[in-house]
Amino acid sequence: MNGISVMWLREVKRFFRSKSRIVGSLGQPLLFLVALGYGLGPVFQQAGQGNYLEFIAPGIIGMSIIFTSIFNGMQVIWDRQFGFLKETMVAPVSRLSIMFGRTLGGATVAALQGALVLVLTMLVGFRPISWTGIIPALVVMLLIALLFSALGMVVASLLRDMQGFQLIMNFLVMPLFFLSGALFPLNNVPPALLLVARFDPLSYGVDALRLFLLGQGVFNITLDIAVLVGMIGVFLALGSYFFSRIEV
Amino acid sequence: MDAIITVEHLTKTFGEGPAAVQDISFTVARGSIVAFLGPNGAGKSTTIKMLTTLLRPTAGTIRIAGHDPATNPDAVRHAFGIVFQDPSLDEDLTAFENLEFHGVLYGVPKETRRARITELLALVELSDRKDDFVRNFSGGMKRRLEIARGLLHHPQILFLDEPTLGLDPQTRNHLWSYVEKLNREEGITVFFTTHYMEEADRVAQHIAIIDHGRIVAEGSGAALKKQTKSNSLEDAFLMLTGNEIRAEAGNSLDRMRNMRSMHRGARR
Ligand SMILES: Nc1ncnc2c1ncn2[C@@H]1O[C@H](COP(=O)(O)OP(=O)(O)OP(=O)(O)O)[C@@H](O)[C@H]1O
Ligand SMILES: [Mg+2]
Repeated sequence: MNGISVMWLREVKRFFRSKSRIVGSLGQPLLFLVALGYGLGPVFQQAGQGNYLEFIAPGIIGMSIIFTSIFNGMQVIWDRQFGFLKETMVAPVSRLSIMFGRTLGGATVAALQGALVLVLTMLVGFRPISWTGIIPALVVMLLIALLFSALGMVVASLLRDMQGFQLIMNFLVMPLFFLSGALFPLNNVPPALLLVARFDPLSYGVDALRLFLLGQGVFNITLDIAVLVGMIGVFLALGSYFFSRIEV
Repeated sequence: MDAIITVEHLTKTFGEGPAAVQDISFTVARGSIVAFLGPNGAGKSTTIKMLTTLLRPTAGTIRIAGHDPATNPDAVRHAFGIVFQDPSLDEDLTAFENLEFHGVLYGVPKETRRARITELLALVELSDRKDDFVRNFSGGMKRRLEIARGLLHHPQILFLDEPTLGLDPQTRNHLWSYVEKLNREEGITVFFTTHYMEEADRVAQHIAIIDHGRIVAEGSGAALKKQTKSNSLEDAFLMLTGNEIRAEAGNSLDRMRNMRSMHRGARR
Protein backbone atom coordinates (compact mmCIF):
# COMPACT_ATOMS: atom_id res chain seq x y z
CA MET A 1 0.00 0.00 0.00
CA ASN A 2 2.81 2.39 0.98
CA GLY A 3 4.45 1.86 -2.35
CA ILE A 4 1.31 2.59 -4.34
CA SER A 5 0.32 5.73 -2.46
CA VAL A 6 3.78 7.27 -2.31
CA MET A 7 4.46 6.69 -6.00
CA TRP A 8 1.05 8.13 -6.83
CA LEU A 9 1.70 11.18 -4.66
CA ARG A 10 5.05 11.80 -6.31
CA GLU A 11 3.50 11.99 -9.79
CA VAL A 12 0.71 14.28 -8.66
CA LYS A 13 3.09 16.56 -6.76
CA ARG A 14 5.34 16.91 -9.76
CA PHE A 15 2.36 17.78 -11.94
CA PHE A 16 1.10 20.57 -9.73
CA ARG A 17 4.62 21.94 -9.38
CA SER A 18 5.27 22.32 -13.07
CA LYS A 19 2.88 25.12 -13.96
CA SER A 20 4.71 25.64 -17.23
CA ARG A 21 4.12 22.04 -18.20
CA ILE A 22 0.40 22.34 -17.50
CA VAL A 23 0.06 25.51 -19.54
CA GLY A 24 2.38 24.22 -22.25
CA SER A 25 0.41 21.06 -22.79
CA LEU A 26 -2.77 23.07 -23.39
CA GLY A 27 -1.18 24.72 -26.42
CA GLN A 28 -1.43 21.78 -28.77
CA PRO A 29 -5.10 20.98 -28.06
CA LEU A 30 -5.95 24.64 -28.49
CA LEU A 31 -4.17 24.72 -31.83
CA PHE A 32 -5.99 21.62 -33.04
CA LEU A 33 -9.34 22.96 -31.87
CA VAL A 34 -8.94 26.31 -33.53
CA ALA A 35 -7.19 25.26 -36.73
CA LEU A 36 -9.27 22.17 -37.38
CA GLY A 37 -12.49 23.13 -35.65
CA TYR A 38 -12.80 26.49 -37.33
CA GLY A 39 -10.69 25.71 -40.40
CA LEU A 40 -12.40 22.51 -41.50
CA GLY A 41 -15.72 23.34 -39.92
CA PRO A 42 -17.39 24.78 -43.06
CA VAL A 43 -16.35 21.80 -45.21
CA PHE A 44 -17.67 19.41 -42.60
CA GLN A 45 -20.94 21.32 -42.40
CA GLN A 46 -21.35 21.30 -46.20
CA ALA A 47 -20.88 17.55 -46.19
CA GLY A 48 -23.92 17.40 -43.96
CA GLN A 49 -22.00 16.13 -40.92
CA GLY A 50 -22.91 18.90 -38.50
CA ASN A 51 -20.68 21.01 -36.31
CA TYR A 52 -17.02 19.96 -36.60
CA LEU A 53 -15.83 21.77 -33.50
CA GLU A 54 -18.35 19.79 -31.47
CA PHE A 55 -17.31 16.64 -33.24
CA ILE A 56 -13.59 16.92 -32.60
CA ALA A 57 -13.78 18.30 -29.04
CA PRO A 58 -13.99 14.78 -27.51
CA GLY A 59 -11.26 13.66 -29.94
CA ILE A 60 -8.96 16.45 -28.80
CA ILE A 61 -9.60 15.55 -25.17
CA GLY A 62 -8.64 11.99 -26.07
CA MET A 63 -5.51 13.26 -27.82
CA SER A 64 -4.37 15.24 -24.84
CA ILE A 65 -4.91 12.25 -22.55
CA ILE A 66 -3.07 9.75 -24.72
CA PHE A 67 -0.05 12.06 -25.15
CA THR A 68 0.15 12.97 -21.49
CA SER A 69 -0.29 9.45 -20.22
CA ILE A 70 2.19 7.76 -22.53
CA PHE A 71 4.66 10.49 -21.74
CA ASN A 72 4.11 10.01 -18.00
CA GLY A 73 4.55 6.29 -18.33
CA MET A 74 7.82 6.87 -20.10
CA GLN A 75 9.00 8.98 -17.18
CA VAL A 76 10.46 5.70 -15.92
CA ILE A 77 13.18 6.06 -18.55
CA TRP A 78 14.20 9.43 -17.10
CA ASP A 79 14.19 7.96 -13.63
CA ARG A 80 16.45 5.25 -14.87
CA GLN A 81 18.83 7.72 -16.46
CA PHE A 82 18.87 9.99 -13.43
CA GLY A 83 19.28 7.00 -11.16
CA PHE A 84 16.15 7.47 -9.09
CA LEU A 85 14.72 4.19 -10.32
CA LYS A 86 17.37 2.33 -8.29
CA GLU A 87 16.12 3.96 -5.12
CA THR A 88 12.64 2.54 -5.68
CA MET A 89 14.00 -0.84 -6.78
CA VAL A 90 15.90 -1.49 -3.53
CA ALA A 91 12.96 -0.47 -1.35
CA PRO A 92 11.17 -3.26 0.51
CA VAL A 93 7.95 -2.93 -1.48
CA SER A 94 6.88 -5.13 -4.35
CA ARG A 95 7.67 -4.04 -7.86
CA LEU A 96 4.01 -4.58 -8.60
CA SER A 97 2.97 -1.86 -6.17
CA ILE A 98 5.60 0.51 -7.52
CA MET A 99 4.36 -0.12 -11.03
CA PHE A 100 0.71 0.31 -9.98
CA GLY A 101 1.43 3.49 -8.05
CA ARG A 102 3.27 5.05 -10.94
CA THR A 103 0.55 4.07 -13.41
CA LEU A 104 -2.21 5.42 -11.18
CA GLY A 105 -0.28 8.64 -10.62
CA GLY A 106 0.42 9.13 -14.30
CA ALA A 107 -3.21 8.39 -15.11
CA THR A 108 -4.51 10.84 -12.51
CA VAL A 109 -2.36 13.55 -13.99
CA ALA A 110 -3.42 12.75 -17.55
CA ALA A 111 -7.10 12.68 -16.59
CA LEU A 112 -6.73 16.06 -14.88
CA GLN A 113 -5.12 17.32 -18.05
CA GLY A 114 -8.07 15.93 -20.02
CA ALA A 115 -10.50 17.73 -17.72
CA LEU A 116 -8.59 20.96 -18.32
CA VAL A 117 -8.87 20.43 -22.06
CA LEU A 118 -12.62 19.86 -21.65
CA VAL A 119 -12.83 23.28 -20.01
CA LEU A 120 -10.75 24.67 -22.85
CA THR A 121 -13.08 23.23 -25.49
CA MET A 122 -16.00 24.84 -23.69
CA LEU A 123 -14.20 28.16 -23.73
CA VAL A 124 -13.86 28.03 -27.51
CA GLY A 125 -17.51 27.20 -27.98
CA PHE A 126 -18.11 23.50 -27.30
CA ARG A 127 -21.37 22.76 -25.49
CA PRO A 128 -21.88 19.23 -24.11
CA ILE A 129 -25.42 18.01 -24.58
CA SER A 130 -26.00 17.78 -20.85
CA TRP A 131 -24.18 18.64 -17.65
CA THR A 132 -24.87 15.21 -16.23
CA GLY A 133 -23.01 13.63 -19.14
CA ILE A 134 -19.82 15.23 -17.88
CA ILE A 135 -19.51 12.93 -14.88
CA PRO A 136 -19.44 9.64 -16.83
CA ALA A 137 -17.23 11.41 -19.39
CA LEU A 138 -14.70 12.11 -16.61
CA VAL A 139 -14.75 8.43 -15.69
CA VAL A 140 -14.07 7.54 -19.32
CA MET A 141 -11.16 10.00 -19.33
CA LEU A 142 -9.69 8.23 -16.33
CA LEU A 143 -10.06 4.88 -18.08
CA ILE A 144 -8.31 6.18 -21.22
CA ALA A 145 -5.59 7.66 -19.02
CA LEU A 146 -5.10 4.38 -17.15
CA LEU A 147 -4.94 2.40 -20.36
CA PHE A 148 -2.25 4.53 -21.96
CA SER A 149 -0.27 5.09 -18.76
CA ALA A 150 -0.02 1.33 -18.47
CA LEU A 151 1.01 1.12 -22.12
CA GLY A 152 3.63 3.81 -21.46
CA MET A 153 5.00 1.69 -18.62
CA VAL A 154 5.25 -1.34 -20.89
CA VAL A 155 7.15 0.69 -23.46
CA ALA A 156 9.40 2.32 -20.84
CA SER A 157 10.28 -1.03 -19.29
CA LEU A 158 11.49 -2.23 -22.65
CA LEU A 159 13.57 0.81 -23.58
CA ARG A 160 16.96 1.65 -22.11
CA ASP A 161 17.08 5.35 -22.90
CA MET A 162 15.17 8.21 -24.47
CA GLN A 163 16.60 7.50 -27.91
CA GLY A 164 13.67 5.26 -28.69
CA PHE A 165 11.26 8.03 -27.75
CA GLN A 166 10.85 9.48 -31.26
CA LEU A 167 10.28 6.03 -32.61
CA ILE A 168 7.51 5.43 -30.10
CA MET A 169 5.94 8.81 -30.83
CA ASN A 170 5.95 8.32 -34.59
CA PHE A 171 5.14 4.65 -34.85
CA LEU A 172 2.90 4.12 -31.84
CA VAL A 173 1.37 7.26 -30.37
CA MET A 174 0.70 9.20 -33.59
CA PRO A 175 -0.94 6.24 -35.39
CA LEU A 176 -3.00 5.45 -32.28
CA PHE A 177 -4.24 9.03 -32.31
CA PHE A 178 -4.75 9.61 -36.04
CA LEU A 179 -6.36 6.24 -36.77
CA SER A 180 -8.75 6.40 -33.85
CA GLY A 181 -11.59 8.41 -35.29
CA ALA A 182 -10.68 11.30 -33.03
CA LEU A 183 -10.63 13.62 -36.04
CA PHE A 184 -13.09 12.00 -38.46
CA PRO A 185 -16.35 10.06 -38.17
CA LEU A 186 -15.86 6.32 -38.47
CA ASN A 187 -19.27 5.64 -40.01
CA ASN A 188 -18.33 6.67 -43.58
CA VAL A 189 -14.70 5.59 -43.87
CA PRO A 190 -13.37 2.81 -46.16
CA PRO A 191 -13.76 -0.63 -44.54
CA ALA A 192 -10.00 -1.07 -44.24
CA LEU A 193 -9.66 2.07 -42.17
CA LEU A 194 -12.59 1.07 -40.01
CA LEU A 195 -10.95 -2.27 -39.43
CA VAL A 196 -7.73 -0.59 -38.30
CA ALA A 197 -9.68 1.75 -36.05
CA ARG A 198 -11.37 -1.24 -34.46
CA PHE A 199 -7.97 -2.46 -33.28
CA ASP A 200 -7.12 0.91 -31.77
CA PRO A 201 -8.23 1.16 -28.13
CA LEU A 202 -8.37 4.95 -28.37
CA SER A 203 -11.27 4.60 -30.86
CA TYR A 204 -13.41 3.15 -28.09
CA GLY A 205 -12.35 5.81 -25.60
CA VAL A 206 -13.18 8.66 -27.97
CA ASP A 207 -16.42 6.95 -28.94
CA ALA A 208 -17.48 6.72 -25.30
CA LEU A 209 -16.59 10.38 -24.75
CA ARG A 210 -18.71 11.31 -27.77
CA LEU A 211 -21.62 9.26 -26.51
CA PHE A 212 -21.60 11.05 -23.16
CA LEU A 213 -20.78 14.53 -24.38
CA LEU A 214 -22.55 14.61 -27.76
CA GLY A 215 -25.00 11.75 -27.60
CA GLN A 216 -23.59 10.19 -30.78
CA GLY A 217 -21.17 7.37 -31.45
CA VAL A 218 -20.48 4.43 -33.72
CA PHE A 219 -19.99 1.58 -31.27
CA ASN A 220 -22.15 1.07 -28.21
CA ILE A 221 -21.22 2.11 -24.71
CA THR A 222 -21.01 -1.40 -23.29
CA LEU A 223 -18.51 -2.40 -25.93
CA ASP A 224 -16.52 0.82 -25.40
CA ILE A 225 -16.21 0.33 -21.65
CA ALA A 226 -15.55 -3.39 -21.99
CA VAL A 227 -12.68 -2.78 -24.41
CA LEU A 228 -11.18 -0.03 -22.25
CA VAL A 229 -11.34 -2.08 -19.07
CA GLY A 230 -10.11 -5.21 -20.82
CA MET A 231 -7.13 -3.43 -22.36
CA ILE A 232 -6.26 -1.78 -19.04
CA GLY A 233 -6.07 -5.28 -17.62
CA VAL A 234 -3.88 -6.51 -20.46
CA PHE A 235 -1.44 -3.59 -20.32
CA LEU A 236 -1.24 -3.64 -16.52
CA ALA A 237 -0.37 -7.32 -16.65
CA LEU A 238 2.24 -6.80 -19.36
CA GLY A 239 3.59 -3.74 -17.55
CA SER A 240 3.96 -5.63 -14.28
CA TYR A 241 5.73 -8.44 -16.03
CA PHE A 242 8.22 -6.27 -17.89
CA PHE A 243 8.69 -3.87 -14.98
CA SER A 244 9.53 -6.73 -12.63
CA ARG A 245 12.23 -7.81 -15.03
CA ILE A 246 14.01 -4.47 -15.21
CA GLU A 247 17.62 -4.72 -14.06
CA VAL A 248 19.30 -1.46 -13.19
CA MET B 1 32.78 -14.65 14.02
CA ASP B 2 29.20 -13.51 13.55
CA ALA B 3 28.92 -13.05 9.79
CA ILE B 4 26.28 -10.56 8.61
CA ILE B 5 27.13 -11.13 4.93
CA THR B 6 28.11 -14.51 3.53
CA VAL B 7 28.86 -14.90 -0.15
CA GLU B 8 29.75 -18.18 -1.79
CA HIS B 9 30.93 -18.76 -5.34
CA LEU B 10 29.17 -15.64 -6.58
CA THR B 11 29.33 -15.17 -10.36
CA LYS B 12 27.77 -12.71 -12.76
CA THR B 13 28.09 -12.74 -16.53
CA PHE B 14 26.54 -10.17 -18.86
CA GLY B 15 25.74 -11.57 -22.28
CA GLU B 16 28.66 -13.18 -24.04
CA GLY B 17 31.48 -11.28 -22.37
CA PRO B 18 33.84 -12.55 -19.67
CA ALA B 19 32.28 -12.75 -16.22
CA ALA B 20 32.08 -9.36 -14.47
CA VAL B 21 32.29 -11.22 -11.17
CA GLN B 22 33.92 -14.64 -11.16
CA ASP B 23 33.35 -17.13 -8.39
CA ILE B 24 34.01 -14.89 -5.40
CA SER B 25 33.46 -15.95 -1.79
CA PHE B 26 33.81 -13.84 1.34
CA THR B 27 32.23 -13.05 4.68
CA VAL B 28 31.70 -9.76 6.46
CA ALA B 29 31.71 -9.70 10.26
CA ARG B 30 28.85 -7.91 12.00
CA GLY B 31 29.87 -4.46 13.11
CA SER B 32 32.97 -4.26 10.94
CA ILE B 33 34.01 -1.87 8.18
CA VAL B 34 35.02 -3.66 5.00
CA ALA B 35 36.43 -2.21 1.78
CA PHE B 36 36.28 -3.59 -1.73
CA LEU B 37 39.26 -2.07 -3.47
CA GLY B 38 39.77 -2.33 -7.20
CA PRO B 39 40.27 -0.49 -10.48
CA ASN B 40 37.52 0.58 -12.92
CA GLY B 41 35.55 -2.34 -14.23
CA ALA B 42 36.82 -4.74 -11.56
CA GLY B 43 33.31 -5.82 -10.65
CA LYS B 44 32.77 -3.81 -7.47
CA SER B 45 29.43 -2.28 -8.40
CA THR B 46 28.22 -5.52 -9.92
CA THR B 47 28.92 -7.28 -6.61
CA ILE B 48 27.08 -4.61 -4.64
CA LYS B 49 24.12 -4.77 -7.01
CA MET B 50 23.85 -8.51 -6.47
CA LEU B 51 24.08 -8.09 -2.70
CA THR B 52 21.36 -5.44 -2.77
CA THR B 53 18.80 -7.35 -4.89
CA LEU B 54 19.27 -5.17 -7.99
CA LEU B 55 20.88 -7.89 -10.08
CA ARG B 56 20.23 -11.61 -10.12
CA PRO B 57 23.46 -13.61 -9.74
CA THR B 58 24.35 -16.00 -12.56
CA ALA B 59 25.56 -18.48 -9.94
CA GLY B 60 26.42 -18.64 -6.27
CA THR B 61 24.67 -17.92 -2.99
CA ILE B 62 24.29 -14.83 -0.83
CA ARG B 63 23.05 -14.41 2.73
CA ILE B 64 22.46 -10.95 4.13
CA ALA B 65 21.44 -10.63 7.78
CA GLY B 66 20.24 -14.22 7.68
CA HIS B 67 18.16 -13.88 4.50
CA ASP B 68 18.60 -14.92 0.91
CA PRO B 69 18.04 -12.04 -1.56
CA ALA B 70 16.72 -14.49 -4.13
CA THR B 71 13.94 -15.87 -1.97
CA ASN B 72 13.31 -13.11 0.56
CA PRO B 73 14.29 -9.82 -1.07
CA ASP B 74 12.15 -7.61 1.17
CA ALA B 75 13.76 -8.86 4.38
CA VAL B 76 17.16 -8.20 2.83
CA ARG B 77 16.05 -4.75 1.68
CA HIS B 78 15.00 -3.77 5.19
CA ALA B 79 18.41 -4.79 6.48
CA PHE B 80 20.55 -2.48 4.39
CA GLY B 81 20.85 1.12 3.31
CA ILE B 82 22.75 2.02 0.20
CA VAL B 83 24.50 4.94 -1.43
CA PHE B 84 24.87 4.20 -5.11
CA GLN B 85 27.86 5.09 -7.22
CA ASP B 86 25.73 7.29 -9.47
CA PRO B 87 23.32 9.91 -8.13
CA SER B 88 19.88 8.55 -7.32
CA LEU B 89 17.90 11.43 -5.83
CA ASP B 90 14.71 12.89 -7.25
CA GLU B 91 15.94 16.30 -8.31
CA ASP B 92 12.42 17.68 -8.61
CA LEU B 93 11.73 17.09 -4.93
CA THR B 94 13.20 18.90 -1.96
CA ALA B 95 15.76 17.35 0.39
CA PHE B 96 13.06 16.78 2.97
CA GLU B 97 10.71 15.22 0.43
CA ASN B 98 13.39 12.82 -0.76
CA LEU B 99 13.86 11.62 2.80
CA GLU B 100 10.13 11.54 3.52
CA PHE B 101 9.56 9.49 0.36
CA HIS B 102 12.20 7.00 1.47
CA GLY B 103 10.74 6.78 4.98
CA VAL B 104 7.25 6.05 3.66
CA LEU B 105 8.55 3.46 1.21
CA TYR B 106 10.34 1.70 4.05
CA GLY B 107 7.28 1.86 6.28
CA VAL B 108 8.89 4.00 8.99
CA PRO B 109 6.01 5.29 11.20
CA LYS B 110 5.35 9.01 10.95
CA GLU B 111 6.63 10.25 14.32
CA THR B 112 9.82 8.21 14.16
CA ARG B 113 10.28 9.29 10.57
CA ARG B 114 10.02 12.99 11.27
CA ALA B 115 12.36 12.75 14.25
CA ARG B 116 14.86 10.69 12.33
CA ILE B 117 14.81 13.06 9.36
CA THR B 118 15.54 16.04 11.60
CA GLU B 119 18.35 14.14 13.30
CA LEU B 120 19.92 12.97 10.02
CA LEU B 121 19.67 16.35 8.33
CA ALA B 122 21.58 17.76 11.26
CA LEU B 123 24.13 14.96 11.01
CA VAL B 124 24.87 15.70 7.36
CA GLU B 125 24.60 19.45 7.97
CA LEU B 126 21.74 20.09 5.63
CA SER B 127 19.11 21.23 8.13
CA ASP B 128 18.99 24.74 6.74
CA ARG B 129 18.60 23.46 3.17
CA LYS B 130 15.86 20.96 3.85
CA ASP B 131 13.20 22.71 1.76
CA ASP B 132 15.46 23.42 -1.21
CA PHE B 133 15.10 21.44 -4.40
CA VAL B 134 17.81 18.85 -4.81
CA ARG B 135 18.54 20.09 -8.33
CA ASN B 136 20.09 23.18 -6.73
CA PHE B 137 22.48 21.15 -4.57
CA SER B 138 26.20 20.72 -5.15
CA GLY B 139 27.63 17.24 -5.71
CA GLY B 140 28.85 17.05 -2.13
CA MET B 141 25.49 18.06 -0.72
CA LYS B 142 23.73 15.45 -2.82
CA ARG B 143 26.13 12.81 -1.57
CA ARG B 144 25.50 13.77 2.03
CA LEU B 145 21.77 13.70 1.46
CA GLU B 146 22.03 10.24 -0.04
CA ILE B 147 23.93 9.04 2.99
CA ALA B 148 21.25 10.47 5.28
CA ARG B 149 18.64 8.71 3.19
CA GLY B 150 20.48 5.40 3.35
CA LEU B 151 20.46 5.58 7.16
CA LEU B 152 16.85 6.66 7.60
CA HIS B 153 15.35 3.24 8.23
CA HIS B 154 18.03 2.18 10.75
CA PRO B 155 19.72 -0.40 8.53
CA GLN B 156 22.09 -2.99 9.99
CA ILE B 157 24.36 -2.70 6.98
CA LEU B 158 25.35 0.36 5.00
CA PHE B 159 26.58 -0.19 1.44
CA LEU B 160 28.59 2.66 -0.03
CA ASP B 161 29.59 2.37 -3.67
CA GLU B 162 32.44 4.83 -4.17
CA PRO B 163 30.84 7.31 -1.78
CA THR B 164 33.61 9.87 -2.02
CA LEU B 165 33.80 9.99 -5.79
CA GLY B 166 33.87 13.61 -6.86
CA LEU B 167 34.13 15.05 -3.37
CA ASP B 168 36.82 17.45 -2.23
CA PRO B 169 39.29 16.17 0.38
CA GLN B 170 37.65 18.08 3.20
CA THR B 171 34.16 16.71 2.53
CA ARG B 172 35.69 13.29 2.06
CA ASN B 173 37.30 13.43 5.49
CA HIS B 174 34.12 14.62 7.02
CA LEU B 175 32.16 11.81 5.44
CA TRP B 176 34.49 9.14 6.73
CA SER B 177 34.31 10.63 10.20
CA TYR B 178 30.50 10.26 10.11
CA VAL B 179 30.75 6.74 8.87
CA GLU B 180 33.24 5.75 11.55
CA LYS B 181 31.08 7.37 14.17
CA LEU B 182 28.00 5.48 12.99
CA ASN B 183 29.94 2.28 13.03
CA ARG B 184 31.21 2.94 16.53
CA GLU B 185 28.05 4.29 18.09
CA GLU B 186 25.26 2.45 16.27
CA GLY B 187 27.19 -0.70 15.42
CA ILE B 188 26.33 -0.45 11.72
CA THR B 189 28.28 -2.76 9.46
CA VAL B 190 29.80 -0.80 6.58
CA PHE B 191 30.69 -2.29 3.22
CA PHE B 192 32.22 0.19 0.79
CA THR B 193 34.01 0.20 -2.52
CA THR B 194 36.69 2.60 -3.51
CA HIS B 195 39.71 2.99 -5.64
CA TYR B 196 41.35 5.42 -3.26
CA MET B 197 43.81 3.19 -1.50
CA GLU B 198 44.56 5.48 1.38
CA GLU B 199 40.84 5.55 2.13
CA ALA B 200 40.59 1.78 2.36
CA ASP B 201 43.75 1.70 4.45
CA ARG B 202 42.53 4.35 6.84
CA VAL B 203 38.90 3.40 7.34
CA ALA B 204 38.52 -0.33 6.73
CA GLN B 205 39.41 -3.06 9.19
CA HIS B 206 39.30 -5.58 6.38
CA ILE B 207 40.15 -5.05 2.71
CA ALA B 208 39.42 -7.26 -0.26
CA ILE B 209 41.30 -6.45 -3.43
CA ILE B 210 39.26 -7.23 -6.50
CA ASP B 211 40.50 -7.26 -10.07
CA HIS B 212 38.93 -8.67 -13.24
CA GLY B 213 36.03 -10.01 -11.21
CA ARG B 214 38.16 -11.99 -8.75
CA ILE B 215 39.30 -11.37 -5.22
CA VAL B 216 43.08 -11.45 -5.52
CA ALA B 217 43.89 -10.83 -1.87
CA GLU B 218 42.22 -9.94 1.40
CA GLY B 219 43.13 -9.03 4.93
CA SER B 220 43.79 -5.97 7.03
CA GLY B 221 45.75 -3.15 5.44
CA ALA B 222 48.73 -4.08 7.58
CA ALA B 223 48.50 -7.75 6.68
CA LEU B 224 48.31 -6.97 2.97
CA LYS B 225 51.39 -4.80 3.20
CA LYS B 226 53.19 -7.45 5.17
CA GLN B 227 52.19 -10.21 2.80
CA THR B 228 53.67 -8.34 -0.15
CA LYS B 229 56.54 -6.92 1.85
CA SER B 230 55.62 -3.45 0.69
CA ASN B 231 55.43 -0.15 2.49
CA SER B 232 52.23 1.18 1.02
CA LEU B 233 48.98 -0.26 -0.14
CA GLU B 234 49.77 1.14 -3.61
CA ASP B 235 52.79 -1.14 -3.84
CA ALA B 236 50.84 -4.04 -2.42
CA PHE B 237 48.20 -3.51 -5.05
CA LEU B 238 50.80 -3.39 -7.78
CA MET B 239 52.37 -6.62 -6.56
CA LEU B 240 49.04 -8.38 -6.33
CA THR B 241 47.43 -7.33 -9.57
CA GLY B 242 50.45 -6.63 -11.70
CA ASN B 243 49.15 -3.20 -12.59
CA GLU B 244 48.70 0.15 -10.98
CA ILE B 245 45.31 1.20 -9.80
CA ARG B 246 44.03 3.52 -12.48
CA ALA B 247 44.94 7.09 -11.77
CA GLU B 248 42.28 9.74 -11.52
CA ALA B 249 41.98 11.70 -14.70
CA GLY B 250 40.16 14.98 -15.23
CA ASN B 251 37.78 16.47 -12.73
CA SER B 252 35.17 14.45 -10.96
CA LEU B 253 32.34 15.44 -13.25
CA ASP B 254 34.20 14.37 -16.35
CA ARG B 255 35.00 11.15 -14.65
CA MET B 256 31.43 10.53 -13.76
CA ARG B 257 30.32 11.28 -17.29
CA ASN B 258 32.98 9.01 -18.73
CA MET B 259 31.97 6.29 -16.44
CA ARG B 260 28.29 6.63 -17.30
CA SER B 261 28.92 6.59 -21.01
CA MET B 262 31.25 3.66 -20.56
CA HIS B 263 28.57 1.76 -18.76
CA ARG B 264 26.00 2.62 -21.40
CA GLY B 265 28.41 1.71 -24.15
CA ALA B 266 29.06 -1.63 -22.58
CA ARG B 267 25.40 -2.39 -22.28
CA ARG B 268 24.48 -1.87 -25.88
N1 LIG C 1 24.50 -3.96 -17.13
C1 LIG C 1 25.66 -4.37 -17.65
N2 LIG C 1 25.69 -4.97 -18.86
C2 LIG C 1 26.85 -5.41 -19.41
N3 LIG C 1 28.04 -5.29 -18.82
C3 LIG C 1 28.09 -4.71 -17.60
C4 LIG C 1 26.90 -4.20 -16.96
N4 LIG C 1 27.26 -3.66 -15.77
C5 LIG C 1 28.59 -3.82 -15.68
N5 LIG C 1 29.09 -4.44 -16.77
C6 LIG C 1 30.51 -4.80 -17.00
O1 LIG C 1 30.96 -5.54 -15.90
C7 LIG C 1 32.28 -5.19 -15.54
C8 LIG C 1 32.33 -4.77 -14.10
O2 LIG C 1 31.61 -3.55 -13.94
P1 LIG C 1 31.40 -2.87 -12.53
O3 LIG C 1 30.49 -1.71 -12.75
O4 LIG C 1 31.00 -3.87 -11.54
O5 LIG C 1 32.87 -2.33 -12.21
P2 LIG C 1 33.37 -1.45 -10.99
O6 LIG C 1 34.39 -2.24 -10.28
O7 LIG C 1 32.23 -0.97 -10.20
O8 LIG C 1 34.10 -0.26 -11.75
P3 LIG C 1 34.09 1.32 -11.46
O9 LIG C 1 35.24 1.58 -10.57
O10 LIG C 1 34.31 1.90 -12.81
O11 LIG C 1 32.78 1.68 -10.89
C9 LIG C 1 32.69 -4.10 -16.52
O12 LIG C 1 33.44 -4.70 -17.53
C10 LIG C 1 31.38 -3.58 -17.05
O13 LIG C 1 31.53 -3.11 -18.37
MG1 LIG D 1 31.42 0.82 -9.81
